[in-house]
Amino acid sequence: MLIKQADDIKSSEITPERVYFSRRNFIRAGLLAGSTLATGALYQGFLAPIPEVNYQDPNVIARGTASEAGEALTPYSDITSYNNYYEFTTGKYGVARRARNFVTRPWTVTVDGLVNKPKTYDLDELLGLTAQEERIYRLRCVEGWSMVIPWTGLPLSAVLKEVEPHGDAAYVAFQTIEAPKQMPGWNSSGLDLPYVEGLRLDEAMHPLTLLASGLYGQPLPAQNGAPLRLVVPWKYGFKSIKSIVKITLTDRQPPTTWNIAAPREYGFYSNVNPNVAHPRWSQAKERRIGEFLRRDTLLFNGYADQVAGLYDNMNLRKNF
Amino acid sequence: MALKDFKLKDEKFARTLVFINCLVPAILLVTDFARGRLGANPLDFMTEATGTLALIFLLLSLSVTPLRRLTELNWLIKFRRLIGLYAFFYLSLHFLTYIWFDKFFNFAEIATDAMRRPFILVGFTAFILMMPLAVTSTNNMVKRLGGKNWNRLHKLAYLCAILGVTHYFLLVKSDITKPLAYATLLAALLGYRIYIAYFPPTKGNIISAPSPIPRR
Repeated sequence: MLIKQADDIKSSEITPERVYFSRRNFIRAGLLAGSTLATGALYQGFLAPIPEVNYQDPNVIARGTASEAGEALTPYSDITSYNNYYEFTTGKYGVARRARNFVTRPWTVTVDGLVNKPKTYDLDELLGLTAQEERIYRLRCVEGWSMVIPWTGLPLSAVLKEVEPHGDAAYVAFQTIEAPKQMPGWNSSGLDLPYVEGLRLDEAMHPLTLLASGLYGQPLPAQNGAPLRLVVPWKYGFKSIKSIVKITLTDRQPPTTWNIAAPREYGFYSNVNPNVAHPRWSQAKERRIGEFLRRDTLLFNGYADQVAGLYDNMNLRKNF
Repeated sequence: MALKDFKLKDEKFARTLVFINCLVPAILLVTDFARGRLGANPLDFMTEATGTLALIFLLLSLSVTPLRRLTELNWLIKFRRLIGLYAFFYLSLHFLTYIWFDKFFNFAEIATDAMRRPFILVGFTAFILMMPLAVTSTNNMVKRLGGKNWNRLHKLAYLCAILGVTHYFLLVKSDITKPLAYATLLAALLGYRIYIAYFPPTKGNIISAPSPIPRR
């Protein structure tokens, strides 16, 4: 016998199948949207942040498109958003933002050591020593990428002549500002700071060697080494020390930061040389920023005609 | 309700959810590339990003077992193979960016590179060792190998992760913060397994062979 039992739930209260499934689909869609948004945020915020390129200045871009050598200039936005400046951060894309508040005025540069007339210059006085020139140079980073950059500056030789080096001065040592409070990457660079670099005196006196204070005709941005940096176009980029506060003439080879960090990998000379590999990677080719294919790296970065004479009878493999 | 009582009710959908989320970084990377939003050196950026993603997914796949034991959510195991396959997917993309954007399919150059540059050799080895793991990730292969053998083979994932972190250490210039972070995570994940091997948990019966994936 069938006994009819009262239902606990009235049939009118049972969610119709259609509604039940649509509710489930709604929750599913929400889970899908929410989780992918979260994953996307994690990816962009933490793993692979989009490089910040906010230094685009149309006035600047409009100037010159091809260098003297017939090679296209690297866009201003790329030059100012892809930087190696470990005092700020070891990530190349983040230097511009972290260097935004870097103070470059007032600024003094002390030139001393084995010279007759040591002097601490105010930056503007130093820049006024001789007419500023525009120089379009290739820049080859030891990491395997390169740019073509229109610098403004004065030849280093103009400054060195001014202080009258002694006859026994054979090297020039450079030092970057020591400003840990302004440089957020100071303690995590993996380098022994402040950054120091050096050249042989004849390299320093070479007409190609530039003290740059500008880029694309505008004042040098902080991420590119404001207010004053060295540019030695036939050597790997790290030789071109940034934000210089001290230039010292000496009679012995000065210590250099990357050589201290890894003596096997970075020599004192560090001339661009496709035939001498970095111990961990080849230097035969380079990626010119903005190009797809890699191009061949040239001996002395293409400046062999002008500078090869500095290294006659020198073993470039041994003196890397 | 304790965490361990949380049941996986809708496995098919959960699987879809994990699948799509793992794909999100690849989609974003490709769309950012297409929109020219990868900065001054997009090709190197892609190489770095895919390498990092491969390492992260490998570490994620190695996190499943510890997480499962700690939370007692046994169904977590159902996603391990999928995450591991994604590690191989990102590693394949990483390898592709290297042979394409770096070497432009110049195989002679790739061969010299592999012989002369330890970090290339180490990365290469990890990629080759991941291949049998990817190939044996089907239900059929688990059955054919048997759970025990399958588990033994897939212990290679530990070696791949060690090689991956070593590869990272060998290529940075001076700042070892990031490789050190991955090395620490990996050490914790492997340390956990050593700990379990010496002090096996007494209660609970945890099988680590994968359960078959339901057919759709």
